[in-house]
Formats: sequence, structure tokens, C-alpha cells
Amino acid sequence: MTAVSFLDGGLDGGRTLPGEGLAWLKARRDAGAERFDALGLPTPKLESWKYTRLRPLDDTHYTPIGDDADATEIANLPSVGDVAARVVFVNGKLRTDLSDLASLPAGVRFGPLEDILADDPAWAEAHLGAVADDTDQAMLALNDAMMDSGFVLHVAKGVALTKPLEVVYVGGLTDQAVAYFPRNLIVIEPNAQATLVKHHVGRGVGAYFANAATEIDVADGAIFKHYKVQAENMQATHVATEHTRIGRDATYECFNLAIGGLLSRTEARITLAGEGAHCGYHGAYMMRGKEHCDNTSFIDMAVPHTTCKQVFKGVLDDEARAVFQGKILVARDAQKADGRMLNKTLLLSDNAEIDTKPELEIYADDVQCAHGATTGQLDQTALFYLRSRGIPEPQARNMLVQSFLGDALQEISDETVREVLMDRVVHWLPAHCYLAGEWKESA
Amino acid sequence: MSATAETVEQVHSISGEKYKYGFVTDIAADKAPKGLSEDIVRFISAKKGEPEWLLDWRLKAYRRWLEMPEPQWSKVQFPPIDYQQYHYYSAPKSDDDRPKSLDEVDPELLATYEKLGIPIKEQEVLAGVAVDYVFDSVSVATTFKKKLEEVGVIFCPISEALERCPDLVRKYLGTVVPVADNKHACLNSAVFTDGSFVYIPPGVRCPMELSTYFRINEMNTGQFERTLIVADKGSYVSYLEGCTAPMRDENQLHAAVVELVALDDAEIKYSTVQNWYPGDEDGKGGIYNFVTKRGACRGKNSKISWTQVETGSAITWKYPSCILQGDNSVGEFYSIAITNNAQQADTGTKMIHLGKNTTSRIISKGISAGKSDQTYRGLVKISPKAEGARNYTQCDSLLIGDKCGAHTVPYIESKNKNAIVEHEATTSTISEVQLFYLRQRGIPEEAAVALVVNGFCREVMQQLPMEFAVEAQKLVGISLEGSVG
Repeated sequence: MTAVSFLDGGLDGGRTLPGEGLAWLKARRDAGAERFDALGLPTPKLESWKYTRLRPLDDTHYTPIGDDADATEIANLPSVGDVAARVVFVNGKLRTDLSDLASLPAGVRFGPLEDILADDPAWAEAHLGAVADDTDQAMLALNDAMMDSGFVLHVAKGVALTKPLEVVYVGGLTDQAVAYFPRNLIVIEPNAQATLVKHHVGRGVGAYFANAATEIDVADGAIFKHYKVQAENMQATHVATEHTRIGRDATYECFNLAIGGLLSRTEARITLAGEGAHCGYHGAYMMRGKEHCDNTSFIDMAVPHTTCKQVFKGVLDDEARAVFQGKILVARDAQKADGRMLNKTLLLSDNAEIDTKPELEIYADDVQCAHGATTGQLDQTALFYLRSRGIPEPQARNMLVQSFLGDALQEISDETVREVLMDRVVHWLPAHCYLAGEWKESA
Repeated sequence: MSATAETVEQVHSISGEKYKYGFVTDIAADKAPKGLSEDIVRFISAKKGEPEWLLDWRLKAYRRWLEMPEPQWSKVQFPPIDYQQYHYYSAPKSDDDRPKSLDEVDPELLATYEKLGIPIKEQEVLAGVAVDYVFDSVSVATTFKKKLEEVGVIFCPISEALERCPDLVRKYLGTVVPVADNKHACLNSAVFTDGSFVYIPPGVRCPMELSTYFRINEMNTGQFERTLIVADKGSYVSYLEGCTAPMRDENQLHAAVVELVALDDAEIKYSTVQNWYPGDEDGKGGIYNFVTKRGACRGKNSKISWTQVETGSAITWKYPSCILQGDNSVGEFYSIAITNNAQQADTGTKMIHLGKNTTSRIISKGISAGKSDQTYRGLVKISPKAEGARNYTQCDSLLIGDKCGAHTVPYIESKNKNAIVEHEATTSTISEVQLFYLRQRGIPEEAAVALVVNGFCREVMQQLPMEFAVEAQKLVGISLEGSVG
């Protein structure tokens, strides 16, 4: 079968994958392996990978996670505070001791994928691959073949969760390079409401490769808020493929905060499938060192009367590189569509690079669509103003960066989450001086 | 000795081998037989009595062309081109057939000009315009030559320039658009038949707008124009290119190459109005316009400005670009593209910032109507050395009707923190309110649309030389005929 150079044992490492014995799942895995075999690893020759090369996979040999439970003590996991439930994966393995699923409200199913595959395979069969059925994505095909972890969130019709749910992925605590393939399945039934916060945490210095795929179905009238904080370690390769379907009058709000990782890429495909659907797809990225961050999105406004808004802002230092590729498609006859896209990037160093491509493809005439993109450095006038007020330059720079990214974070409607994320932004800022907020209090 | 025999002998002497293919029979019409081969390239070169280095250059291009793939990345769609079905060389039959004045020009053609609003009869009268008519592939008339010669400006067909100043041509030809830049440019390098050459000596401000009117009038003749403009230190030139073609029922291939070189403190302004036959309502018979235009701001403080009004052609594939090498150099791109019926346009620009404090400005206005599809594709690239580079891009699209499409594909690549790049784009339709206002003032719907569209394009129209601006405004109205109501 398929030989995959970067993966120990190739695509059939002889290990037991979740859902063993389910014929439909085996068929899906086989089809995925076949498709990945045909497509091969993406290269910059593909338009959607034009600026990102999976270089870490060239010279690193990853071992897929095994069955042996890892009992490493882990403290100080990130959290947004008061949550309804939380699931923690360490190096791709579920850690029940760190997870908290005791007090789930009625009508909510939340837990690892393997449990659902064991308890309710029929439901899993009906929903797995229902949204993510694209055949041109090699990384999705690879996940199809290899899915070995991940979670399921299912909110029943009309159930409105007040507290957020939390998922934490911890990586890097291994001696050798590992690979894992989380598959996340999110189904929000009609008129239900939920908020999910995903943390990707890199600990230690171990290299790892996470190839995640997430399917999100936001049914008619539902509201789903999806926040992702990606703070992988400097050896991590994080490739995520997300597919989302938004139903009639439903709202999907997403924010990606990318703080670290040797190479991270999120490719989202979002379909506004029902009239009145709204999508807010936002993000911020802060990169330093030789980090590379890629945000690629494709928003399909398939029916009339839909709206979408995209705000992505980023700061790049050292030799970091960021890529933003956004595309909004307004289908034929999808009249009254309103699509907005904005990408702004600050370059703090001479060696940083930004490649941005905000794209519009429009086939309907009665629409309002706009996009904007800017790149540049900190506003020298603003810097001068702050310094003339007695604020030392490092602090002034931090303040400006913070407020620059703050624009994007304003798009987060959940206040608690916004504050937690803002805190992460502040702590990313150069620490050779007081943090912007603390300086004000101490001065 | 007849012309035919002479040619064959010439080819023979150059190639040094026996001439295998018998296109001799066709030569009576002074036209190469259909198809493309190395022999055709040699034939063209011999026909034009070119120096050997140019023949080698052409052959090198031809060989590269054979290996190059067709560009697939653009949004335009068309059946694969059968390169063998075109004639690659044709000239007016003999000197006697050449029109000596406008009175001798085909009245049908004149009627077309008339409808398009090009005051061709006034052309020579229009102050300051030197017209270098290109009827098919050989230039047949050049006016105002004397006046230009007085200040040392060279403005002539490129074939003539090869005789007059071969060193200048050799020095710059292919330095901006390399032979193997892309398949269409490569084809042009192999088979180009004519085009203009302009050289402005140091410190000279060209006393008049230089203008070339192209037309395609022979059935199945691909036009492969090659234009080379060199503005030496401290000089200035404004060049106008206008295109119009009479109706034809077969797809015609056009693969032109335009190269501009601006040295220290020089400025080149290049304006185009392109209104070739767009085909009928289903796009049948329209012209394929695959153009490679690129300017190099080689010197300090140099400036290149492209202005284009694209209303014709079944398919437009065109990206006038600027390579900003010199410090403080400036690149500009102003574009109006109008597509109607089944036209397809994939057009835009590239601004490559290499020098310090280079600035560029892109204003693109796209109007799609009918079943047409239009794409703005632009690249702004800031190299690490381009300290203080600045770009501003604005591209707006207007959609008229629910069967058309408008797409924006901007690429921004910045590797310098001191560079500022701004990009803005909007897509919308003509507002009902504006239309209603105009109509209740008694303006018919079609005229109202033309008025709104002209307002939408105003920023670009203002960049056009006066002679062109008038023509372009009429074109907007004509191009959108039948798109409303």
C-alpha cells in the first residue's frame, strides 16, 4: 500500500485505529488512502498552497501515536475559565484524568470520537463526511485514512448552552517526533446555541505533526461560536482543514488566534447554504522566529440574502512569514449577498514576509462585496506621539501592536473569550519591558 | 527574378540546407502558407532581410515555444488553439495596392471607424499626432517623421529600425520580456512581423504624441506586433496605441509584445484603446488578444505609466507591468475593462518593487455586462531591498445583469517592513436610485447606464490623452449597447 516517507509505517502502520470493525469506516479510510495516494502531498504548484511548503515533512520522520497511555503530569492548561465541560488530548491521546465531562447539560453530547464510534456508530456514519466531502484536498484525504483522535460535539434541537465547551490539544511532550490525526465532528441542530473554545498547546521541544480535520454543521436558526487559540511549540507542524455548512438564518462565528508553531495552516471551506445565513470568520496571527502561518479560506455564498465578514490582522517579527488567502464566491443568482474581507499585516522586522491574496469571485449583480488588504510597519507618527508623551519606545510599540490586533479581536462577541485572547496577545509582546497594561499601573 | 524565387533562394542561403516544404505556390499573395514550423520562422526572417543574430534569436524562441505549456492559470476559457491554421506572415500585395491616402482605404473599414467614433479623417489634422498605420503586418505610412528627426527621435517600424540602428534594437530587444517569458510572448518572439520602435535621445521631450493605429484586415492572419520603446536619460514620450478591427467570422490570434525601457529621469506614458471585434453575441468570431506588456524603470527617478481602455476582443489576456528597478521610480496602471455578451477578460498588472522609495499606483475599473466574465489579476511584489516602497491599489467592479461575473485576484507579497501596500476592492451594481434619477430627468435607460458607467470610470478617463478620452467615452456607450432593458 501507500508508502509515505514522513510517516513511520506508512498509512497502514498496523496499529488499531478507533472504529475498528466498522465496515463503512474502513471503506472511508481506504478511499481516503487511495485519494491521498493519487493527490500526493500538496506542493506550491497548487494555487491554494502557492506560498506554503510542507518543509518539515521533508526531513522529519513521524511516528503515529500508539496505544500506550501517557501519564505525564501537566499543569497550567489554558482555559477560558468557567466552562460546561472540557476534553483534553495529550499527544493525540485522550486524558480522562484531565478532562471533565461530568456535568454536561441535557441534549448535549460531547466527548472523544472513539466513544461515539463505539456507542452510536449509526449516528457517526450519518455525520462523518457529511460536510467535508471535497475530493481535491490531500490533507483531508490523509485525515480520512488516518483519523485516530478528535472529539464530537452534538447539540440537540433548541438547546442553548450558556457556558462554553473547551477542548485542549497538548503536543510536544515526547522524545521522538509524533503524528496524530484528530477528526472533529460538530453538529449544532436547528435553533441550538453553543460556544466552543479550542486550545492547541505546544509544550517542550518535541516535534509533532497534527493533521486535523473538522466538520461543522450549523443547522437552520442555530448559533455556533468557534474560537481557536493555536500556540504550538517551535517544532510543531499544524495543518487543519475545516469544513462548515451554515443553514438558513444560522450564524457561525469563528476566530483563529495563531500565536506559534513552526508551520501552521488552517484551510477553511465555508458554505452559506441557507437564506439569511451569516458567517463571521476572523483571526489574528503573531509570528516570530522562523514561524510560518497560513490562513486560507473559501467562503461560498451559495444562496441569496447571505452575509459574511472577514477580518484578519497579523504582526510578523524576525524571519516569520504569514500567508493570507481569502476567497469569497458569490454564486449565480445569490442576490443581495454582502461580503466583506479585510487583511492587515504589520511587519516589525526586515526579514519578515507577508503574502496576501484576498480574492472575490462574483456571479450575481445585486451584491455588495469589498475587500481590502494593507501591509506596512508601525505608524511612525503614532509612535512619535506616544514617545512625546513620555512613553518609552518599547512600550509605545507594544501599545500600538496591541491596539492594531485589538481591531480584529473586537469581532469576538463573547466577552470572556475576548479578554482571555487579548491577554494572550499581550503576553506575546516583547517582554524586555513592562507589558503595556502593567506599565500603566506601575507608572 | 520573381519575389517568390528570390525568397526561396534567400531562405536557402541562410539555412544552408534544402528547403523541404513547398509553400512556394502560395507566395504569390506575399503571404506565408498556413501553419508554423522552423521554416516559416526562417521565411519571415528572410522576407524581412534580418541580420543573422535576429534569426538565431527567433529560432531559439521557436524551439522554446514548442516545449512550453499553454498558460492554464487564467480564468478565460477557449478551445485549444490550432497554431497550424494561421498565416504567420502577410503583407499588402504590392506597393501599388497600398493606400496612399485615406481616400484609398476600404470604405467599409472607414464606416467601422466612423461608428466607433474614431475621427480617422481628422487624424492627420489633429494637432501633434504622428500616425504610423499598420495595415496588417507591414507599416505603410509614417507621418511627421521629419519633425521627429529634427529632435533626434527615432519612430519607425521595427524592421526599419533594424536597418537604421541595429545596435540599439539589439541592445534592448528581449531585455524586458525575455524570449521564454510565457508561451504567447515566446510565439511572438519567433514570428513577430512588425511593430514600432521608438527611441528618445537623452534630455528630449518628444514634441508630439506618438500614435500607431493597428488593424487586422486579412482573413486568418495572426498579428504579432512587437513594440520597443526606449526613453533615454531625462527624456519623455507619450505613446498612443489604438486598435480596431472590421468584422470577421473566424477567431483571430493576436499575441503582441510591448517592451518599455526608461533610463534615469525618463518618463514613458503608454495609452491603449483596444476595440477589436469581440465576436457575435455568443462570442463566435472574436479576437484572441494575448498580450505581454512590460516596462522596466531602469534608471533613477524614472516613470512608466500604463493607461488602457479594453472594450473589444473575445478574450483579453493582458497584464501591463512595471519593474521598478531604479531608486525613486514610479509605476502606474490605469485600466478600464468593459466586457459584454460572451466576452472574457483576464487583465491586471504586476508591480515589482526592487529599488528604494519606489511607488506604484493601480486603478482598475471593470464593468461586466451580458454573459461576460471578467477578472482583475494583479501582483504587487516588494523585494527586501525596496526600502520605503509604496503601493496603492484600487479595483472596482460593476456588474450589469445577472448572468455576468466579476472576479478580483490580487496577490500581495511584501518582504520589506518599510514598504506600505494598500489594496481596496469593491464589487457592486448600478444603483437603482441613480438610474431612476436619470430616467425621471428624461434620459433613456441606455444613455443613463452609459452616463453612470462613464462616471464610474472617470478616474481612469482623466489619465487618457485628450484625443483618446473622447473616443473612449463613446466606446463605453457602444460597448454596453443591448446590455440593459
